[in-house]
Amino acid sequence: MRNFFEKLEKLDRRIIFIFVAVALILPLVVPLNIKFSSTPPVQSFYDAIEGLPPGSKVLLSADYDPGSMPELWPMHLAALRQLCRKNIKIISTQLWATGSPLAERAFNEVAVEEFHKKYGEDFVNLGFKEGREVVMVSMGNSIPETFPSDYHGNRTKDLPIMKGVKNFSDLALIVNISGGLPGTKEWILQVVSRFHIKLASGCTAVSAPEFYPYLQSGQLTGLLGGMKGAAEYEQLIGVTGLGKRGMDSQSVAHLVIFFFILIGNIAYFSIRGMKKEGD
Amino acid sequence: MVNQWAIIAIAFAYVLGVANIFRVNSQVIARKGRDWIYKVVLIAGFVIMFAFGILKGVNEGTTFNWIFMNALYPMQATMFALLAFYIASAAFRAFRIRSFQAALLGVTAVLVMIGRVPIGELVWKDFPNFTEWIMNVPQLAAKRAIMIGAALGAISTGIKVLIGLERTYMGGE
Repeated sequence: MRNFFEKLEKLDRRIIFIFVAVALILPLVVPLNIKFSSTPPVQSFYDAIEGLPPGSKVLLSADYDPGSMPELWPMHLAALRQLCRKNIKIISTQLWATGSPLAERAFNEVAVEEFHKKYGEDFVNLGFKEGREVVMVSMGNSIPETFPSDYHGNRTKDLPIMKGVKNFSDLALIVNISGGLPGTKEWILQVVSRFHIKLASGCTAVSAPEFYPYLQSGQLTGLLGGMKGAAEYEQLIGVTGLGKRGMDSQSVAHLVIFFFILIGNIAYFSIRGMKKEGD
Repeated sequence: MVNQWAIIAIAFAYVLGVANIFRVNSQVIARKGRDWIYKVVLIAGFVIMFAFGILKGVNEGTTFNWIFMNALYPMQATMFALLAFYIASAAFRAFRIRSFQAALLGVTAVLVMIGRVPIGELVWKDFPNFTEWIMNVPQLAAKRAIMIGAALGAISTGIKVLIGLERTYMGGE
């Protein structure tokens, strides 16, 4: 019996990998459609955009790379859907070099194909600019001077959407999809407090706890944490996207991890008990 | 004005970075040092992406974009996805209840883990609210304590530097 528990305690990690793989794949093939409700940070994110009057201008900063795409891409698309549905004009920037093709693809998928929005009038992709926090502060002085041309090489000042846009005071909200640094924390520290503009953030699940202090202090208007946050947000805007579809897999995977933690502890306490009996 | 200068200086730092990548890696390739073949892939990847980006542009439909979406994207996504497997294996080994503190950590981790997926709500209707409470009260208190502690540490180090008590940054004792 002790042998069995010792083997269990030192379980080959490849067995755990197989269980996790099955837990992730199976619900994608056979969806469980587990219902869930929205948490306050997600509701606040939704309300922040929903409360904007049509025609407002919003800065959407897509600061992430393909590595964090599984978590952030669903919320990026969902945010674009809500913004387009509300007829809000979107100015997009990226502080990560690898974010530009993703922002471009997101615009094509949602703004162009779904909502038939016009580039330069309803939305614009200003592209990537190196400089991290310096770029943020520079935009506070002048957005057209910080981004003299857009992702396609057009002069920013000539675009109809940029008429009347000088700096953050001409924008209603910043929506930040954040994969790390520079991201939400830097936007809060450099822009929110200094230029007095609201910020709603979508971030990876692992970085969400870091932003709760800012959420409670009101420096952050709303927060989407990881794929669960994206799924709740998709539910609020009434679409079934990648976030909602991934929830079943995540649920079962978390259960599998819980199961392994449990059997690890059963094995640990059984061996300890047997050792005490032996003494 | 200063911001614009800073952006220009940072852009030049990229040139230095690229030059450095070429210098360091070409030296290893030349003497066929350890893992030299990977350095060839690195240099080749850089040259190919740079050439396509400069010559044909980076917009949707270009070769640059095709390589980005079909090579870089799946590779980075794969690296990130591997975390799911390693986290499961690490959780199995790390969350052993060996002490009171370990019990506290393990139980909280399991509660948050289950409460933040829909299956938690299926088990108990208020599970997500309970998880939010954990995030908003104990987690937030600990986080704030760390942030305030770090800020006070930074301020005291700053004062020590200003009044000359801290000289290690100049190579002093």
